[in-house]
Amino acid sequence: MDLVTVWFILVAVLWIGYFVLDGFDLGVGMLLPIIGKSDVNRRVMVNTIGPVWDGNEVWLLVAGGATFAAFPLWYATMFSGYYLALFLILIGLILRGVAFEYRGKKDDVAWRRNWDTAIVVGSVLPALLFGVAFGNIVGGSPIDSITNNVTDASSFNFVGNFFDLLNPFSLVVGLMTLTVFATHGAIFLALKTSGPVREASRSAALRIGLVAAVFAVVALLWAQTFSERVLVTLPLVLIAAVLWLAGLAATLRNRDGWAFILSAATIVLAVSALFLGLYPNVMPSSIDPAFHLTVFNASSQSYTLTVMTVVALIMTPLVLLYQGWTYWVFRKRLTSEMIPS
Amino acid sequence: MNLDLARWQFAVTTVYHFFFVPITLGTVWFVVGFQTAWYRTGKEKYLRLTKFFGKLFLINFAMGVVTGIVQEFQFGMNWSDYSRFVGDVFGAPLAMEGLLAFFLESTFLGLWIFGWDRLPKKLHLATIWAAATGTLLSAFFILAANSWMQHPVGYEISASTGRAVLNNIGSVLFQNTSLLAFTHTISASFIVAGSFVAGIAAWHLSKGRHIDVFRPAVKAGAWVILVAAVAVSITGDLDSKLMVQQQPMKMAAAEALYQSADHAPFSILSIGDLSGENATRIIEVPGLLSFLATGSFDGRVEGINDLQAQYVQTYGAGNYVPYVPATYWGFRLMIGLGMVSALYALWVLWRFRGGRAPRSKTFVWISGLITLFPLFGISAGWIFTEMGRQPWVVFGLQQTADGVSPLVTTTEILISFIGFTLIYAVLAVFELRILLKTIKAGPAEVSSVDPFEDSKNDSDKNLYFAY
Repeated sequence: MDLVTVWFILVAVLWIGYFVLDGFDLGVGMLLPIIGKSDVNRRVMVNTIGPVWDGNEVWLLVAGGATFAAFPLWYATMFSGYYLALFLILIGLILRGVAFEYRGKKDDVAWRRNWDTAIVVGSVLPALLFGVAFGNIVGGSPIDSITNNVTDASSFNFVGNFFDLLNPFSLVVGLMTLTVFATHGAIFLALKTSGPVREASRSAALRIGLVAAVFAVVALLWAQTFSERVLVTLPLVLIAAVLWLAGLAATLRNRDGWAFILSAATIVLAVSALFLGLYPNVMPSSIDPAFHLTVFNASSQSYTLTVMTVVALIMTPLVLLYQGWTYWVFRKRLTSEMIPS
Repeated sequence: MNLDLARWQFAVTTVYHFFFVPITLGTVWFVVGFQTAWYRTGKEKYLRLTKFFGKLFLINFAMGVVTGIVQEFQFGMNWSDYSRFVGDVFGAPLAMEGLLAFFLESTFLGLWIFGWDRLPKKLHLATIWAAATGTLLSAFFILAANSWMQHPVGYEISASTGRAVLNNIGSVLFQNTSLLAFTHTISASFIVAGSFVAGIAAWHLSKGRHIDVFRPAVKAGAWVILVAAVAVSITGDLDSKLMVQQQPMKMAAAEALYQSADHAPFSILSIGDLSGENATRIIEVPGLLSFLATGSFDGRVEGINDLQAQYVQTYGAGNYVPYVPATYWGFRLMIGLGMVSALYALWVLWRFRGGRAPRSKTFVWISGLITLFPLFGISAGWIFTEMGRQPWVVFGLQQTADGVSPLVTTTEILISFIGFTLIYAVLAVFELRILLKTIKAGPAEVSSVDPFEDSKNDSDKNLYFAY
């Protein structure tokens, strides 16, 4: 396998890691007002992700950094093109991160309520907009060469505007990620708590999970019209759908661990299907296939890719190991009785 | 217009981010030190210091993290042509920073914050060591990336794409420029953190509070400042000599030296024209600039005018002179504010010598202020370094004007610039309020019960720490 393909896979793995991990803590953040009817219950929720959310978010930073290193033209075109969407995502992540740390710093109802709002906004924005951004990648973006040298991929740029991003397909993908992450978060909460929070989480998981299933089926089947290899991606999508429903069934039958594994597996398969449907493109152009950014024309040279491969092959297993250990350390279910006043 | 706005945005987001970085970089090692001391001696005061400064560290770290996310992505947003040109080289240390440093610090800090009752003492201590190591690694990689912009090495320009292509990662990571930038920035960060710790401790001591707890802290802070000040001077001296070789224009702009000179003087204070072209030097040390630049008081230092002519010959027509008021004053503030800290450290050691802890309202004020001085100093140093490199974004290879995103609109940049600035301003108010409140509250009482053993015996116990 050539190095650019290895890096396409690695970037996909990083995004999958991000969506699986930060997916549930974004979900927990959005569900604060729905599941956490009292301050102590909201604290139970926040504390289930307290030790891990920051480590989860690093998957995003590394996905960004790895894209920069391995596919600079992809990084440059995507983030300058999806400018305002990314800006809103960043505002959301800033609000959220500070809110976790600061919400408990003052014993005051209004203070906490305001930071809770920041957590909700800061969780909804990224969850929705990452989906919208991926929808635009998968469905193609108005990418054009801005010089006369049409063979030079350095001249490829996003020539649309913010409202081009809000096309029907991408919005459905956004609604899919929003509802899937909310469900994934509820399933995580059911696994990590007991008592009223767990009950409310299970019921939220089932309700939102069914809505998510509808959005996901529409979005992922629609995505097949853009897929480079439907024979591979369509079966994956169908399996993902089955796993999702199995996850909801597991929630219904109080099998919290299985439910979480199944919802995580669904995300892995669905995102894999999107990336597989994309390859070898990384940002297809809706204007002319000549302006597709691909793993070949958007990538760094082999020396950089080799160096980064060595680093990634050593570090990624280590990271998985110590992050996995963190989940083991904080494996205990939380209840409102355990929250100190 | 877009160029200016994009530069302002980068300046605001980066300078702001870098207020939190040096405090956390250094303070985490104080926390490591106090917790290790507690582990070794079992003395309660060390545990109280660990928790107190740990809390202050985390309040800053949270801001450093969230403002750091913007850093990772804004190269692509506003500087896409820069990203296209350098990604092959510059992206590598950034990705390494994520893989080696960000994961380490974020994961182990999570363990440290929430792990008091989940991990045995020794393992819990190890988590803060790991997180602190992560912050150092992070600084190393990002400074290697920045050093490459100051002095590009280990690359070639691809004949087919015209982009910079990495051919030697070792020289990018370990070139002199990078090693000096790392040691200089880290030691300066220790001056910042030392002043933070010593200032806060002395503030309490001068009010007569928590004498037993804060005496070790004030001493630790002061000694760290002094050792770091020596390290900063040595690395700064080496750095300025390297700068003369690699970016002579920056050194000339640091002194506003327009005419080349042997035995060049260094002016400590001047008035008049800000650009320094017609300035009246009030205090001037003869030969000092020559010494800083070359190691000899009679060495020749090239002036801005000669260098401009040389650069035109090498790089073609253009203006290669950075904005001199910023470099001139940035350089002086950096050195001056750092020296104030060192003097403060000596004063603190004298004042609190033996078992003394005299009260003084004046010293309360001075100690409050001193936490800010080196912070502004290190910031001034970076503004000098970055503005002194202009008009280049990568010295000799790409000008800043050529790196800006070609199609991002003025409206988009304005929206994000105003948006980030507003949210940063609001957060600054909250962060300062919380910081001051926590500082004033002082170190909390601690229980002598081992939380880990305690929770083993009673599994439904209250969490030892919760958000």
